[in-house]
Amino acid sequence: MVGQDGMGTAGELEEIEIGLLLEGINSHYGYDFRGYAPASLRRRLWHRAHAEGLRSISALQDRVLHDSAAMQRLLVDLSVNVTTMFRDPTFYAALREKVVPLLRTYPFLRIWNAGCSTGEETYSLAILLREEGLASRMRLYATDINDNVLERAQAGAFPLERMRQFTQNYIHAKGKADFSSYYTVDGSWARFDPALTEQVVFAQHNLVSDGSFNEFALVLCRNVMIYFSKPLKDRAHGLFYDSLHTFGVLGLGQKETIKFSPHENRYAPLGSGTKLYRKTG
Amino acid sequence: MARDLVVIGSSNGGARTLPLLFAGLPPDFPAAVVAVQHRGPEVEIGGLASFLRSRSALPVREAEDDLPIEPGVVHLAPADYHLLVEGNRFALSTEAPLRHARPSIDVLFESAAEAYGARLVGVVLTGTGADGAAGLRRIGRRGGYTIVQDPATCERAGMPEAAIAARPPKRIVPVEEMPELLVGLCAARGRAA
Repeated sequence: MVGQDGMGTAGELEEIEIGLLLEGINSHYGYDFRGYAPASLRRRLWHRAHAEGLRSISALQDRVLHDSAAMQRLLVDLSVNVTTMFRDPTFYAALREKVVPLLRTYPFLRIWNAGCSTGEETYSLAILLREEGLASRMRLYATDINDNVLERAQAGAFPLERMRQFTQNYIHAKGKADFSSYYTVDGSWARFDPALTEQVVFAQHNLVSDGSFNEFALVLCRNVMIYFSKPLKDRAHGLFYDSLHTFGVLGLGQKETIKFSPHENRYAPLGSGTKLYRKTG
Repeated sequence: MARDLVVIGSSNGGARTLPLLFAGLPPDFPAAVVAVQHRGPEVEIGGLASFLRSRSALPVREAEDDLPIEPGVVHLAPADYHLLVEGNRFALSTEAPLRHARPSIDVLFESAAEAYGARLVGVVLTGTGADGAAGLRRIGRRGGYTIVQDPATCERAGMPEAAIAARPPKRIVPVEEMPELLVGLCAARGRAA
């Protein structure tokens, strides 16, 4: 048998191949995936290998090292989160109720949306902050490792067919307007109001290797660290801790935990059941 | 062979079938149980978990990223994430749905097969489509024990039939017989079942 269903030592050989591929990508392109959690990384690598018509991870290594377009495709596979606007509506409702009052106390606000992928979360946040009257005195930094997804986020066009779900989420998230007022229909696309991103800076940032670049009142990093192994998770948590004002707020995904982070005791949860944590010291 | 992880996949009909299985597992069941039930995003977080909790002798919890896989607990894959086994802990993923499913049974089964090998038991229950077939085949190839719900007794036979076609499982049984079978498999130490 060839490929992912191999027997016996095939698993060990595959582990070696994945290690070599990641070393190669790091040396040649400067993207370091060596600290990613192996199980989902392995899935995504095989997904790319099969999509390229390849039958081994070594073949994928050969392809991406010699063909930067193939590397870009792999990078998209590794950085796209298939998500919706206002995913987990209760999170946004809690953001409105518990965090917005804190944000109002700042004369000028800086917010970081780390790992923004194709922008669903960034637009959700921009809409919420505009409805709360905070848009005029804030800057929202939306960062991702991958330029391609940043371009897509910046374009602000999402498939029209997704609006039904986005609208439902928006309503459950206690949205204050008519969701369709935020976009215009252009063929099969919904184009979001460019005014929403006037205060948004889209920029490349790598949570694996880059440092803190400002101080923020709010950092959202949802469903990004789920791909990191323990040391990398700890690094990212350190980065967020260093990037928050005292009493700044960190927001995580609905099924993520701060429990095993070395910074656990330096945050207090904002209410029960929500993944919003306030820096306390 | 001490089998210490049971992974279960279900789709249509699962909400009525899973309680039959969980109600039959004793409170001292020694292995960890992880279940993927196909479903859409939940507005009421934890709805399915609380439904199953009232019908199970074991504690039922939604799996979270990075939490350890605990013996004697039913861990439920959360809505709208893929659930993976990473060593002896859980990992989540928001990569695209697979066969229209997130959580995907195949994603859980394949990652569990890699991590647990022969210590794993895989179970495919009622459902339409073919999710779980590739995953159960992987479990079998890695030396795990494979069980499929008898299609004749299923609310929907598609998934069980696909799983049987992909690779003949060790056992094809109605759900009522599964608790006893699982207790036997997971309690059997030092001998092949």
